[in-house]
Amino acid sequence: MYEFSYHRPASVAEAAELIANAADGKLVAGGQTLLPTMKHRLASPSDVIDLGGIAELSGIVVNGNIVTIGAMTTHAEVAASSEVREAIPALAALAGNIGDPAVRNRGTLGGSIANNDPAADYPAAVIALGATVRTNRREIAGEDFFTGMFETALEEDEIVVAVDFPRPEAASYMKFENPASRYAIVGVFVARTAAGPRAAVTGATACAHRAFRIEESLQAGFGASALDGFEAPVDKMNSDIHASAEYRAHLVKVMAQRAVAACA
Amino acid sequence: MQENGIGASVRRKEDQRFLLGKGRYTDDINVEGQTYACFVRSPHAHAEIEGIDASAATAAPGVVAVLTGDDLAADGIGPLICGVTVTSDDGQPHRAPAHPALAQGKVNYVGDHVAIVIAESLTQARDAAELVEVNYRPLPAVASTADAANDGQQQIHEEAPNNICFNWPFGDKAANDEAFAGAHKVSSIDLVNNRMVTNPMEPRAALGEYNSGTEEITLHLTTQNPHVHRLVLAAFNQLAPEHKLRVVGPDVGGGFGAKIFIYAEELVVGWACRKVNRPVKWTADRTEAFLSDAHGRDHVTRAEMALDENGKFLAMRVLTTANLGAYLSTFATMVPSYLYAFLFAGQYTTPLIYSEVKAVFTNTSPVDASRGAGRPEATYLLERLVDVCAADMGLDPAEIRRRNFIPKDAFPYQTPVVQCYDSGDYEAALDQAMELADYAGFDARAEEARGRGKLRGIGLSSYVEACGIAPSAAVGQLGGGVGLWESAQVRFNPTGNVQVFTGTHSHGQGHETTFAQLVCDQLGVPFENIEVIHGDTAKTQFGMGTYGSRSLAVGGVAIAKACDKLIAKGKKIAAHAMEAAEGDIEFAGGNYTVAGTDKAMNIAEVAFNAYVPHNYPEGVEPGFDENAFFDPMNFSFPAGTHICEVEVDPATGEVEIVDYTAVDDFGKLVNPMIVEGQVHGGIVHGIGQALLEGCHYDKDGQLVTASYMDYAMPRADNAPEFKIDYAPTDPPHNPLGVKGCGEAGAIGAPPAIINAIANAIGAKHVEMPATPETVWRACQSAN
Repeated sequence: MYEFSYHRPASVAEAAELIANAADGKLVAGGQTLLPTMKHRLASPSDVIDLGGIAELSGIVVNGNIVTIGAMTTHAEVAASSEVREAIPALAALAGNIGDPAVRNRGTLGGSIANNDPAADYPAAVIALGATVRTNRREIAGEDFFTGMFETALEEDEIVVAVDFPRPEAASYMKFENPASRYAIVGVFVARTAAGPRAAVTGATACAHRAFRIEESLQAGFGASALDGFEAPVDKMNSDIHASAEYRAHLVKVMAQRAVAACA
Repeated sequence: MQENGIGASVRRKEDQRFLLGKGRYTDDINVEGQTYACFVRSPHAHAEIEGIDASAATAAPGVVAVLTGDDLAADGIGPLICGVTVTSDDGQPHRAPAHPALAQGKVNYVGDHVAIVIAESLTQARDAAELVEVNYRPLPAVASTADAANDGQQQIHEEAPNNICFNWPFGDKAANDEAFAGAHKVSSIDLVNNRMVTNPMEPRAALGEYNSGTEEITLHLTTQNPHVHRLVLAAFNQLAPEHKLRVVGPDVGGGFGAKIFIYAEELVVGWACRKVNRPVKWTADRTEAFLSDAHGRDHVTRAEMALDENGKFLAMRVLTTANLGAYLSTFATMVPSYLYAFLFAGQYTTPLIYSEVKAVFTNTSPVDASRGAGRPEATYLLERLVDVCAADMGLDPAEIRRRNFIPKDAFPYQTPVVQCYDSGDYEAALDQAMELADYAGFDARAEEARGRGKLRGIGLSSYVEACGIAPSAAVGQLGGGVGLWESAQVRFNPTGNVQVFTGTHSHGQGHETTFAQLVCDQLGVPFENIEVIHGDTAKTQFGMGTYGSRSLAVGGVAIAKACDKLIAKGKKIAAHAMEAAEGDIEFAGGNYTVAGTDKAMNIAEVAFNAYVPHNYPEGVEPGFDENAFFDPMNFSFPAGTHICEVEVDPATGEVEIVDYTAVDDFGKLVNPMIVEGQVHGGIVHGIGQALLEGCHYDKDGQLVTASYMDYAMPRADNAPEFKIDYAPTDPPHNPLGVKGCGEAGAIGAPPAIINAIANAIGAKHVEMPATPETVWRACQSAN
């Protein structure tokens, strides 16, 4: 790890000012990606601005059909939240299966989506549930938020404040885990909503994306057999030592079918 | 039997300090004036070094020294050695290119050591290491085991044409060919034994201290064999004379073979601490461990079996290419030769066995012994091949094994491949395992699983292995540079408690408990009055260390022999004290008695008399402290049958091990709880190899599985509850009747698991690691 200046602001406004004034600043939420990267000397920010001291960024509030989760809420808190378990059990289950207990006790929703790892779990939920990402400047539709591998719609120094998740009629997330990292080789989140079926896929491509073709197939009827004819495009899939593009495309279908079946 | 003696599941003494956080590992030790080292390592798999500019690094804050291969050579510090000679098919010894501890003009794998940077803090050392400018001229890399010796391949070492270290034919080829020509059927299999990174939990570390007053170097190391480290560093690397070098292996957090070897970093730290006249500490981070620990396995093999019409094995042929990596590690040559081909008979009466091993160099980390070392590779090919034979002959896998087992009345059994097995009852272990696993009920379970969309399979593995390499004379005949005896010293203190010094080294095995049980049992001294001491060349007489499941079978017997000497000496002392003839003295349960009387004297009193010899027999030396060396007559041969049951999800290729049974013959068990732990750990190691662990270099020789994000270690949820039982036999040449248990699981498990997967999906073979994609593809082809 190289030397850096550490800051722990007490408000979002203060954090925004610190990051704006830093030569090469980084916001740290749970630090589950940034800190290992810094330890490996692969990142050398001049300033690290720790969002952990900002009370307004944490917490879970259910208001009608909207579940609002603060950006600094940990995966463990989401997994254990009776409100989330009641409103969107698939989201609580997803959070409870990220990484291991150490990761879940430190890692946060805001950190996960702002980092946008191609194999992260939360982005699939944000997209498929039609969530809205709220920042210190604006609101961004979940499906517009994830723009590429480790790329998001966030502007320079923009800070995620919370995510609003609309309550679906039913939802399920099926993850096929990498045996080493336990990140998603392929993860598929499907939701049955009043506005129709929604689906998102993570792990398979450069970043999580809305799966329009899965949604179209499910228009005819929200059942696993509706996806019998669905084939994910092999040429768009990631390929690495853990899974070929062909295998990932196959898994997208299998996980989608299982997720749909689990919604029943 | 004494309470806490042989056969008791005594809780481990050492766990008190481990559970209280009082363990003391090399990196925990800090000394005054200590500096920190960081190694500059090659980012290239293969390159010439055109120049090293260390000026910026040397001038960096806190830097004490930057040392390179030139400095090492100028001080006459020798290259690392390989301690076992294998004769190649041209009659010449294996090719042994120099293995400098710091590169001399060339690097041969990613992670190869180029320079050491020593600074006042670790951060300063790391910062400065980034400032060492090494001008590399990259060369094409050789990364593939199978292709390393192909014509036109890039040459790695001048001394090794075609990148071949040795070609080693073994057996009577003509007789073998003849048996194959006349066979009813020939079964064959091509397989890869996947390369593994051994991954002990504690990374390697070294702390070197030089005392200019005594001219002594003290090296604390993560070592499984401190005296062997001292011997090699003194005798072959010219680090210091043996009597001026102290090697300490304090608490060591797992070895599994990877800490047997004498590594470049250890030699360099020892040399550098004297050169800079400051203590130097180096601890590997996990990336360094992946890159620079010796790896294991990595074979490409074709195996064939000739059968008669009844499924009897007539002859076997094995052709293997074994990857030794970029340089020869300390025992590298021995693993794919003697520890491998001498096991090809397995549990069977196969009369003719012929093999050829081609050992090759590649631009990868050196490969050496890893839990099992050669025996997992042998067992895997044999037990996979036997299942192929069974399928080809239309026989149940259990039945073909039965037809070929060495019968229990044939022991000691001379195999056609050097080894003479001590004792065994292979059919008894098979029967017991089949009973425990409810082999007969498998079809019903498979039917039930089909209803859930799962393919259920069952697989057997009947293994034999060879532990406690011996005797020393045979080791020498085979080209080994050391003797493989073990030593012990058992010392009574005047107050009656006992210190046991062993030349073995415990790095998780529980020796402090097991050996104390032996002494408790034999001398009748209370368990809590016995302390086992190991791991310091300044404390222990000498020893060969711990590997190859040798500690109890060899080291334990040395302890027992030292106890015998104490008992015998004590008879003279007790006879004198009790005014009886020595011939009338009997010893049992810690007490000397005079036969036919009620006169008795505890061994603690005898010990006191020996140290305070006021009333003492003439001609008997004072003191109650004996040592012994034990050189066994033979290896020991643990054996058993493992049965694995899996369920495969055909839609994803995911494999779940749903049941696992192990019935082993380890001879007599001293501490059944510790043995069970070793069996669990060994099986989990085997699960890792079979399902998860694939060490993967790309074609440019970059290690793409250099972290736990990409290299899958087995975790608790990868293993079921194990069903463990024993089918012991009595090895006649081992005075304690013990065999060794540390590696059996890692040897027995991989073929049992792969046999179960092949059975589940109806495929002839599935390569390890049987990852979901590998199994899914096998399901596609099987359909």
